[in-house]
Amino acid sequence: MKREKMTDLWSLLLLLFGSIFMIAPFIWTISTSLKDRRNVFEIPPQWIPEPITFGNYAKVWLESPLLHGFMNSLIIVVIVLTIGMLVSAMSAYAFGKFEFPYKGMLFMGLLGTMMIPYSVVMIPQYIGFSRLDWVDTLLPLIVPGLFGNIVVIFFIRQYLQSAMPTELIEAAKIDGCSFPGIFFKIALPIMKPALAAQAALGFMGIWNDFLGPLIYLHTPEKQTIQVLIASMQAMYIGQSDYPMIMAAAIISMVPVIIVFFFCQRYFIESMAISGIKG
Amino acid sequence: MGTKLGGYRRRELAWLYLFVAPPVLGFLLFGLVPILFSIYISFHKWDMLSDPQWAGLANYKDLLGDEKVYKSMYNTIYLMIGIPIGMVLSMLLAILMNRKFTGISFMRTIYYLPVISPIIAVSLLWQWILNQDYGLLNNFLWETFGIAGPNWLGKPEWVKPSLILIGLWSGIGGNMVLYLAGLQSISSTYYEAAEIDGAGAWHKLTRITIPLLTPIHFFVVVMGIIGAFQSFSQIYVLAVDGGPEYSGATVVYYIFQHAFQYFNMGYASAVAWVLGILIFVVTLIQFKLSNRWVYQD
Repeated sequence: MKREKMTDLWSLLLLLFGSIFMIAPFIWTISTSLKDRRNVFEIPPQWIPEPITFGNYAKVWLESPLLHGFMNSLIIVVIVLTIGMLVSAMSAYAFGKFEFPYKGMLFMGLLGTMMIPYSVVMIPQYIGFSRLDWVDTLLPLIVPGLFGNIVVIFFIRQYLQSAMPTELIEAAKIDGCSFPGIFFKIALPIMKPALAAQAALGFMGIWNDFLGPLIYLHTPEKQTIQVLIASMQAMYIGQSDYPMIMAAAIISMVPVIIVFFFCQRYFIESMAISGIKG
Repeated sequence: MGTKLGGYRRRELAWLYLFVAPPVLGFLLFGLVPILFSIYISFHKWDMLSDPQWAGLANYKDLLGDEKVYKSMYNTIYLMIGIPIGMVLSMLLAILMNRKFTGISFMRTIYYLPVISPIIAVSLLWQWILNQDYGLLNNFLWETFGIAGPNWLGKPEWVKPSLILIGLWSGIGGNMVLYLAGLQSISSTYYEAAEIDGAGAWHKLTRITIPLLTPIHFFVVVMGIIGAFQSFSQIYVLAVDGGPEYSGATVVYYIFQHAFQYFNMGYASAVAWVLGILIFVVTLIQFKLSNRWVYQD
């Protein structure tokens, strides 16, 4: 018993030691963002700024259309998540709980899409969307997401197979419930935890997406927050204005960190579950 | 009665196909058609201003002689050194965390925080940390060890190690969670039996824990390699224009430059195809080899 306690203590000490390296970059960033530009180049570096100023946040917010960036990212996330999740849930239900001709072939075809790297399809997709005159709009980033996501479908299908007994569907059929009725009234509520987990991951993925938005969005007011933040580098690093860049970086992190703290359980669970299943 | 049931089944089938139609349609529109189109483009020269010009195998021939293709491929593979290092670290972390004491969930959150942070913000933050004269890392090295740190992102030989370091920092938390789930699925009876046989901590680790975690090792390696082959965002921020002497450019960065800076759509598509086939072959080989070392129960 005593040995067990000692191991616990050693583990905690090692983890604490490691966590210094994990957390220091964040604290350093916050500290820099609160410094006056002239105080950044002090040696040794000051962890607690003297004086503390919030001016960088105000300045970066005014000089660059960050509010637009937030709104654009938010529009993409909300539309893609609500519609994309529903569409994925519908097909996961059909694939998981029913038999129909060509089911295996269709499902395998969809799984095949997971193998396609984005770099192969990004050029033809770009050409296609530019023909539609969708470049510099949010549409190329929204529309493909509306057709559902195979990873979500796969995950929810697995979940349904164990969480929803087929007898439930049979019973509802006998009671005269229609096909969409069974889906919306019975299947959808059962899927809720699995959907929440996937939505948490989906939010993170879409919010942090960069290559797609970089290709399509050119006008600053139309860019997502990630593209805007990346363009700050060119703007401020030339002038070595690190406090401004750090303030911008923190602003872009705040939403994900808030979402993470509210949905932490879902994040870690879904990561773990998708890992085992893979 | 029979015909009535048949009618129900027919209606049900209609609903089923309606329910699976959107992802199938999405697969056709945004997967299959672009792939076929991409093959077509890769055999043409096309700047998107004029019409595509048939070029035969010229793009593929060009890329075989293109020094930058080799360089970016070398860089991409070099960065994969981070995968085994990350596996060892995240497995050790998971083992340390796989016990119940107060503060453990707080620890888990700290190690997981970089995973959820936007990669662009993380890259900007590290750019400042790695600053040669005023960055945190070089200050730390000087204060603690008296070492004058290098110009991490400015010297060709240090760009890739820097990128690996950043990748480790931002990635180990994610793999740690996977390993933690793996550890929790190992039955304690194995360890109890081993203890009766007099096995020490080292034997328990190498003979029980590591072998029983092989499905997780496999998943982490496969996903890690696929991810590494496609790394782009951190390169875009940390190695501007590919970094000094193109030392930081990955293949996807090279494709991006050709497609969206020089508008060589045909050439970029050819490089993308080579990359796509490479990813496919490497993944296939890994699956083929997996039954030799991955433990299945």
